[in-house]
Amino acid sequence: METTTRSSATRDGLGVGIAVGLSGVAFGAAAVTAGLSVAQTCVLSLFAFTGASQFALAGVVAGGGNLVAGAAGALLLGVRNSLYGLRLAGLLGIRGWRRIPVAQGVIDETTAVAMSQPDEESARTGFFVTFVTLYLTWNATTLLGALGTSSVADPAVFGLDAVGPATFLAILWPRLTGDDPEARTLRPIAIGGAAVALAATPFTPAGVPVLLASVVVLAVILRRPR
Amino acid sequence: MSATWWAVVAVCAGCYALKLAGLSAPRRILDHPGVQRFAALVPVALLAALIAVQTFTHGQSLVLDWPRTAGLGAAVVALLLRAPFLVVLAAAALVTALLRLAGL
Repeated sequence: METTTRSSATRDGLGVGIAVGLSGVAFGAAAVTAGLSVAQTCVLSLFAFTGASQFALAGVVAGGGNLVAGAAGALLLGVRNSLYGLRLAGLLGIRGWRRIPVAQGVIDETTAVAMSQPDEESARTGFFVTFVTLYLTWNATTLLGALGTSSVADPAVFGLDAVGPATFLAILWPRLTGDDPEARTLRPIAIGGAAVALAATPFTPAGVPVLLASVVVLAVILRRPR
Repeated sequence: MSATWWAVVAVCAGCYALKLAGLSAPRRILDHPGVQRFAALVPVALLAALIAVQTFTHGQSLVLDWPRTAGLGAAVVALLLRAPFLVVLAAAALVTALLRLAGL
């Protein structure tokens, strides 16, 4: 039974890692189009390694915007990884120096895969398989996208911009559609989070709407203490 | 070093520090049941918000991009049919790409 859930965690991790990793082409292309050099583009994927923040900085460079504000916006987007880290610290049971390499893997996709596993052992497997697969694919395709920008004029032509939201939906789906009490708690959180983020979009800088969604969680916890 | 390089390095260092900070927060913070519950539920809210933002916004404006919205719809249909994960993602990308090709 345990090997079954672990191999299903491996499958999830490889699937997410490769599918989302391929959209590194989109980042590589967008960043070079924006005016970043190939080296700057690759350094971002290697060391920042959190898609939304990377796209945010490239967007500001493209718009000729203020770089300090651009960097601040990118960091604001990265704050949610701290919240994921809080969650994963308990789940992964990582201590001491091992946190230094593992921290680089604390992002949307790895958290989502780890979270959707039925037990801690497969959560760890899911996290590491997603991390390694996504890291390798994302960096390889960033380089390809950056080098081949002239040939890939617009990645949106391939529908790659729909892959991100579809990934998160596919991951949340089983947790939201059940008839159990947990699903009944999670549905209003998910719907509320999405609604708050959309409502805040016109009034707040990029990155803030997604963070504001966490307020919904506070509201639910305060109403239904456990 | 150019200003752009400084921004790139600052974003790299900052993003890594934010990840490490969450992972290394003092264990006793997590002893509080309210914090535990918050940390367990917050990814659900953030991921749902990301779906909404990545589908229906561009910069600071709300947009309805039909091909992308239809792609997400295709993902929902695939999920209802219990399709495997990669099929769900492929359906979303394929429908979006085809509708763009059709000029929508």
